[in-house]
Amino acid sequence: MSTYTERFKTPVSLSEKEFTYCPGCHHGIAHRLIAEVIDELNIQGKTIMVAPVGCSVFAYDFFDVDGTVAAHGRAPAVATGIKRARPQNIVFTYQGDGDLAAIGTAEIIHAANRGEKITTIFINNAIYGMTGGQMAPTTLLGMKTTTTPYGRDETKDGYPIRVSEVLKELRGVAFLARTKVTTPQDVLKTKKYIKKAFQAQINNIGFGLVEILSTCPTNWGLTPIESMKWLEENMVKEYPLGVFIDKVG
Amino acid sequence: MEKTEKILVKGTEAIAEAAIRAGCRLYFGYPITPQSELTEYMARRLPEVNGTFLQAESEVAVVNMIYGAASTGKRVMTSTSSPGFSLMQEGISYIAGAELPCVFVNVVRGGPGLGDIQPAQSDYFQATKGGGHGDYKLVVLSPESLQEAVELTSHAFDVADKYRIPVLILTDGLLGQMMEPVSFPDFRNLDDLNDHSSWALIGTNNERAPHRVSSFDLDPVNLEKMNLNRHQKYKKITESEKLYEEYKLNDAEIVIVAYGTMGRIVKSVADKAREKGVKAGVFRPISLWPFPYEELEKWSKTAKLFFAVEMSSGQMIEDVKLSINGKRPVEFYGRMGGIVPTPGEILAKLMELI
Ligand SMILES: Cc1ncc(C[n+]2csc(CCOP(=O)(O)OP(=O)(O)O)c2C)c(N)n1
Ligand code: SF4
Repeated sequence: MSTYTERFKTPVSLSEKEFTYCPGCHHGIAHRLIAEVIDELNIQGKTIMVAPVGCSVFAYDFFDVDGTVAAHGRAPAVATGIKRARPQNIVFTYQGDGDLAAIGTAEIIHAANRGEKITTIFINNAIYGMTGGQMAPTTLLGMKTTTTPYGRDETKDGYPIRVSEVLKELRGVAFLARTKVTTPQDVLKTKKYIKKAFQAQINNIGFGLVEILSTCPTNWGLTPIESMKWLEENMVKEYPLGVFIDKVG
Repeated sequence: MEKTEKILVKGTEAIAEAAIRAGCRLYFGYPITPQSELTEYMARRLPEVNGTFLQAESEVAVVNMIYGAASTGKRVMTSTSSPGFSLMQEGISYIAGAELPCVFVNVVRGGPGLGDIQPAQSDYFQATKGGGHGDYKLVVLSPESLQEAVELTSHAFDVADKYRIPVLILTDGLLGQMMEPVSFPDFRNLDDLNDHSSWALIGTNNERAPHRVSSFDLDPVNLEKMNLNRHQKYKKITESEKLYEEYKLNDAEIVIVAYGTMGRIVKSVADKAREKGVKAGVFRPISLWPFPYEELEKWSKTAKLFFAVEMSSGQMIEDVKLSINGKRPVEFYGRMGGIVPTPGEILAKLMELI
C-alpha cells in the first residue's frame, strides 16, 4: 500500500515555486491536474505553455516547461504562432474568463475554428480576479461585482456568455467539456477531460478546451467552503456541466 | 553577396521573395491595400519552400502569432499598411519587451483613420518614436528602390536575429506597387542562421531548466534592470547600425533631407537645382532609427540651409532639427493625403528659399 505522501507527491511538471493564489482558489487545483496529465502523457520535455494576464499570469513559473506570457486575451494567437513554428511541440494556453471571454473573444473563436492543434484550459470564476473583482462576461445575472454594484442587469450589461456553448458550433473543435473541481469525483473527471483535450492535440485531431467552473473566494467575499457551495448552487445552473464535443474517442 | 541575374518584379513581391531567401519560413498576415500582394505572394510561395503561411482574423492576432513564432527562434515576418500597423502596436510593445527577433513591413498609406490608399510617410512618428506603450525601440529601415528593398530585407532579418529586436521596413505604396529589375541574393542556408536554442521556446527535452520568454517583471527594481539592459542594447545598435546615403554633399550649400521614395525623388531635384546654379545635395537616412544624427550634423559646418521634404505634415524634420541643433535653419516642404510631390514643385519651393 502506498503512503499518503507517496501518492500526493508533487507532479514532476510542477516547479518548486509556491502558488501565489488565495486560499480556496481553484487555480491551484487546475494547475496540479494539468501537471499530472503532462506527467502521465510523458510530454513534459516538449510542452510549451502560454500563460495569460490575470491571477494566473505567473502560471509559466509554476510549471516546469518552456513558457511565455501573452498579452491580455491573446494567448490563442501566441499559441498558434508557436505551434505553427514548432508542430512537434505540445502547446497549451491557460486563461481566465476575463482573458478568454472578453478581450480575447476573437482569438479563442478563431483558433478553435481553425482547429488549431493546441489545448486551452479555461478558468471560469465569473469575475475578474487580478484587478479586484470587476464584472466578467461570465458574471451571473444579479451578481454584485465592483463594476456591477447593484447586481448584473441584462438590460445594461448583457447576459452571461456560455463560452462552451458558443464554441460547440465550431467544426475545428476536437474536444470540449465543462466541469468543476468541487468534489473528488469532479476532480477525477476534470483530469480525464484535460487528458482528452491534450490527447486531441497529440493525435493531431484539432482544438481542445476544458472549461473549469472555479471559485474566487477573495472577490466573491465568501469563505472557501461557502464559495464551493455558491458555485454548486448558482454557477452550475447557468453553466451546465458535460462533454460537448469528443472526437478523441 | 552573390546575386542572380536581374528580373523585373513588383515591390511587394520583391520584399516577399527577399524574405524567403533570407530564411523566413513563417508569415502571418491580414489583407490591406496597398500591400495585399505581399500577403498573396507568401500564400503562393511559402508552401513551395516548406514554409508556413496563415491568414489571421485580424492584425491583433497577426502580431501575437508573430510573437509566438518568434519566441521559437525562427525567422518570421508580417506586412501591413497603416491602419493595420496601428492595430499591431500592442503586440509590438510586447515583442520589444520580450526581445524577440522578427520583421515587420509597413507600406504606409495616407491617414489618419481610414485615410486613403495612396503613398504617404505619415507613420514616421509611430514607427520611430514607439507606437506602443513603454519605452522601447524598433530598428526602422526605409528603402528608396526595389534593389535596396531586397538588400534591406535580408539585412533586417540579420539585425533582428543579432540583437533580438523587431525590425521594421517602412515604405509606401509607390515603392510597393512599382516594378523594377532587381537581382536577388542566393537562398540562405537555414543551418547557418543564428542558433537561438539558448533562450527559445522549443521544449526542455527534459534536459535543462525551462526557458521563459516574457516582457514583464512585477518587481520594479528587476524591471528597471531589464529595461536598462535593453537600453544598453539600443545604445550598441545606435553605435553600429546607422545607414544613410550622401549625394553631392561635398560642396552643397543646401542639404535636402528625405527618406524612402522621397529620398529618391529629391536627388533629381538636387540635379535640377545645380543646373540652375544652386549647389544642392541630398542626405538620405536609410535607418530612421537609429537616426544618423551626427552624420547629418557634420554638414552644418559647410551648408547654409537644410531642407526637409516629406509626404507628411513634417515628422522626420524633428530629427533633422535635433541633428542640426539650431546651427542652421531647417525648412520644410511636404504634401499630405497621399500626394507624391513632383520634383518641379519641390524645386520651386527650394528656389523660394534662397
Ligand atoms: C489590455 C489590458 N487591459 C486590461 C488589463 C488589466 N487586467 C489584468 S488581469 C484582468 C482581468 C483578468 O480576469 P480573468 O481573466 O477572469 O482572470 P482571473 O484574474 O480571474 O484569474 C484585467 C482586466 C491588462 N493587463 N491589459
Ligand atoms: S483573486 Fe480570486 S482568482 Fe485570483 S487568486 Fe485570489 S481567489 Fe484566485
